[in-house]
Amino acid sequence: MKKYILTGTLAALLTLGGLSVPALAGPEDVVVENAWSRASIGMNRPGAAYMTIRNTGDEPVTLIGLTTPLAMMPEIHETKTNAEGVSSMSPAGEIVIAPGESIALEPGGLHAMLMRLQEPMTEGDTFPLTLLFDDGGEVTVEVPILGIAARGPED
Amino acid sequence: MRRRAILGYGAAGVGAVALMLFVGWWQVDGPGGPEPVGQRPVALTEMDFRLTDHEGNAVGPETLIGRPTMAFFGFTYCPDVCPTTLSDISGWLDDLGDEADEMNVVFITVDPERDTVETMAEYVGYFHPAIRGWTGPEEQIARVADGFRATYERVPTESGDYTMNHSASVFLFAASGRFVTMIDYHEPREFAVPKIRRALEEETEGAT
Repeated sequence: MKKYILTGTLAALLTLGGLSVPALAGPEDVVVENAWSRASIGMNRPGAAYMTIRNTGDEPVTLIGLTTPLAMMPEIHETKTNAEGVSSMSPAGEIVIAPGESIALEPGGLHAMLMRLQEPMTEGDTFPLTLLFDDGGEVTVEVPILGIAARGPED
Repeated sequence: MRRRAILGYGAAGVGAVALMLFVGWWQVDGPGGPEPVGQRPVALTEMDFRLTDHEGNAVGPETLIGRPTMAFFGFTYCPDVCPTTLSDISGWLDDLGDEADEMNVVFITVDPERDTVETMAEYVGYFHPAIRGWTGPEEQIARVADGFRATYERVPTESGDYTMNHSASVFLFAASGRFVTMIDYHEPREFAVPKIRRALEEETEGAT
């Protein structure tokens, strides 16, 4: 069982540090970096959030789900584009991150799909997104909401 | 007598083989065959469809003739691929600078049920001002996709909604309406702008 530490103060400090600083890690082995999302038009459309999730520990970690007060059905989805250039999206299921490895949630690949928004995603705001791991561990990251046309965390 | 019979059987056999070959051709390559996927789009001059742009103007393939065209399919309820493509295109247009003013840039919805003219107007307003949003009746969208050899499909989601699978490539046409090339979704960014320039240059070559 991995150690979990209270990160409230640390989290607040890191948030003040801005985007370039690795964001709040709950289970100490998991580091979430460069989280961002796009503003939504209203609440009817699903939103998407992106980030890099790094496992700095010695054991694999398994990401099993997401929760956020922003959306009733947050889920990791994957966009795939086939040989004919047709794109489709489907739930990605559990994601295992090997020790020392990271996974990228980025446009056109894995993304946190935010279905059934409870409020519009407004540029300049942030929202908390909690990553759930199979050992009961959780990591909450504060995700900045950028413009609709944003291309990456630096936009 | 016997010889005739053999000849008769022989002729019937040849006939049967010919019929089998014909049936095979019909089903595989002929008019009875499935539409091949991954085909090149036809020229804009050979397309026929009626749509409405996000300002309410009636548009069709002829609207695009005379200037090079960049066109792609998507829908405004698309959380990942479509805003990414629209942002990419906005970036390419910024890179092209003044040259971009000479192009048609058209975002065609594959989800006309939700993407009304007003919806398209609001959505394209968030991206590069050169981008036009086109929508129209479902059967007209089907005709556009047919001309582009593009595909789209409505897929229900667990949340009780639906999403659309669709061709995510960006199509480039010369000012003459001839198809030039396409930019695939995962193609490195640095390939895109030279490809767009090729479509722009084809216009000048055609003019001289």
